[in-house]
Amino acid sequence: MQVDAKLARNLFKLDKEPHITIDQRVCATLCTKRACMAVCPADLYELDDQNQMLVNWEGCLECGACMICCKNGALSWSYPRGGFGVQYRLS
Amino acid sequence: MLALRGGLPMIGSTEMERVECIVVGGGLAGLSAAYGLAASGHEVMVLERGDYPGAKNVTGGRLYLKPLQAIYPELWPEAPFERAVTRELVTMIGDQAQTTLEIAPGKVSGQSPQSHTVLRARLDRWLAERASDKGAMVLSNMKVDALLREKSMGGQGRVVGIRAGDDEIAADVVIVAEGVLGLLSTKAGLRDGPGPRQYALGYKEVIELPAHVIEDRWHLNAGEGAAQLFMGDITKQMTGGGFLYTNKESISLGLVVGLEQLSTRGDDLESWQLLDEFKKLPSVQPLVAGGTVVEYSAHSIAEGGISQVPQLYGDGYMLAGDAASLSLNALFTVRGMDFAIASGFYAAKTAAECLEVRDTSAAALSSYDSRLRHSFVLRDLQTARAVPHLLENPRLFSHYPEAICRLLADIYNVGPGPSRKLSSRVLHALRRDFLSIATVKDLWSLHKV
Repeated sequence: MQVDAKLARNLFKLDKEPHITIDQRVCATLCTKRACMAVCPADLYELDDQNQMLVNWEGCLECGACMICCKNGALSWSYPRGGFGVQYRLS
Repeated sequence: MLALRGGLPMIGSTEMERVECIVVGGGLAGLSAAYGLAASGHEVMVLERGDYPGAKNVTGGRLYLKPLQAIYPELWPEAPFERAVTRELVTMIGDQAQTTLEIAPGKVSGQSPQSHTVLRARLDRWLAERASDKGAMVLSNMKVDALLREKSMGGQGRVVGIRAGDDEIAADVVIVAEGVLGLLSTKAGLRDGPGPRQYALGYKEVIELPAHVIEDRWHLNAGEGAAQLFMGDITKQMTGGGFLYTNKESISLGLVVGLEQLSTRGDDLESWQLLDEFKKLPSVQPLVAGGTVVEYSAHSIAEGGISQVPQLYGDGYMLAGDAASLSLNALFTVRGMDFAIASGFYAAKTAAECLEVRDTSAAALSSYDSRLRHSFVLRDLQTARAVPHLLENPRLFSHYPEAICRLLADIYNVGPGPSRKLSSRVLHALRRDFLSIATVKDLWSLHKV
């Protein structure tokens, strides 16, 4: 089962603004590890063809693992605004 | 309580709305605190960022109930638990073989089960209703953006309230139960931010299966449940393991992996693929066959033990539950929700006492800390203080499960030629996998646990 299919089982309420943003300068110059890509259980991080990190924040499970592991401070990570983001019905 | 409404704190020039107690976060710690405070007649407001309490929460999971015998005993008989766990299984997974150890009740009947499986969206919503019944105000869709601290000479002063969007609300005491990431308390300087060495990532699928299928697959009577842990190759030498809990009409199947190792590993598997590999194992595949994935969730877990627990109180605030890193992975038992409920209970007791004498200074709130120290919460964390170090040993999660499976496979093996004596097979296996300096060292570290 692909991760997109798993995420499609969840209820997400999407905000207009992202709750995760990437400082591209810090990400490109200071980071060699790409820990965000290694840990994200929703596989939201990807490098584009210019080697810029993108985050598909819409499918975020709000675990915070990327934020904990990003040691260079390239990520600004906050919870989505009240009432937005993933809404677990079971878990 | 209205007498406290003298001397409103001023921030800028506007008077703030004021309540006796604000609880940040409507999880088990926050709701437990709100229930206790409201029951003792105090004014309490819970702010929850999800659509409803439980909407942002994830457990493995099960709740150990026995530690809570003296804590809100009136609540638990009515709680919406999934199944009472009567079978405990540990499956070790090796390359050539896997083996499962089982603990189930013996002949003596009438033993009450130790733990119950739960789903948080149900449990937390129910507890919120109980807190509301007592008079607590539980507000959903309300994200707290900051804890407000008074400016004082030489640094930050008392916690005086919260900011949510454009609203500021003052409180005599703020119970911070914001969850494991501790974003607000870190920003306010009340604790350190999370680091990958002390945290693990848990992620799971909820897989729907009919109740009778669950009962058949795990040999359960109606309403009974099983908890199954998995150790070995599934975490690719990383600290962690797999878990499976049976709910009423679903199972929770997932992995917990140390974040430091997950973030620095060299293989090409994505973290989410580890869970898929786990599901495909010959020992797991038949357990999930025919099931439908209905939810996929993830959550960080504090595994640093007692040394990670921050200062639990200060002028105007207390930290409770995951926000205070009150969780314990002791290999065979994984706890957090009982600590959350108990810390909320003691925070409520302390707050009620302090509100009555109109003193919510750090000195007055320090009784929260001593209450927790005398309770199972900090005592159990203290007892298990050597466990986090043990969990950093990769041999525990790769070598030993493999070696145990190999030993058993050797014993059960019937080959084409003449067989060796059983004792020599066992001795050979022991010499090969267990007689080494490393094992002696591991045993030494184990004796401290």
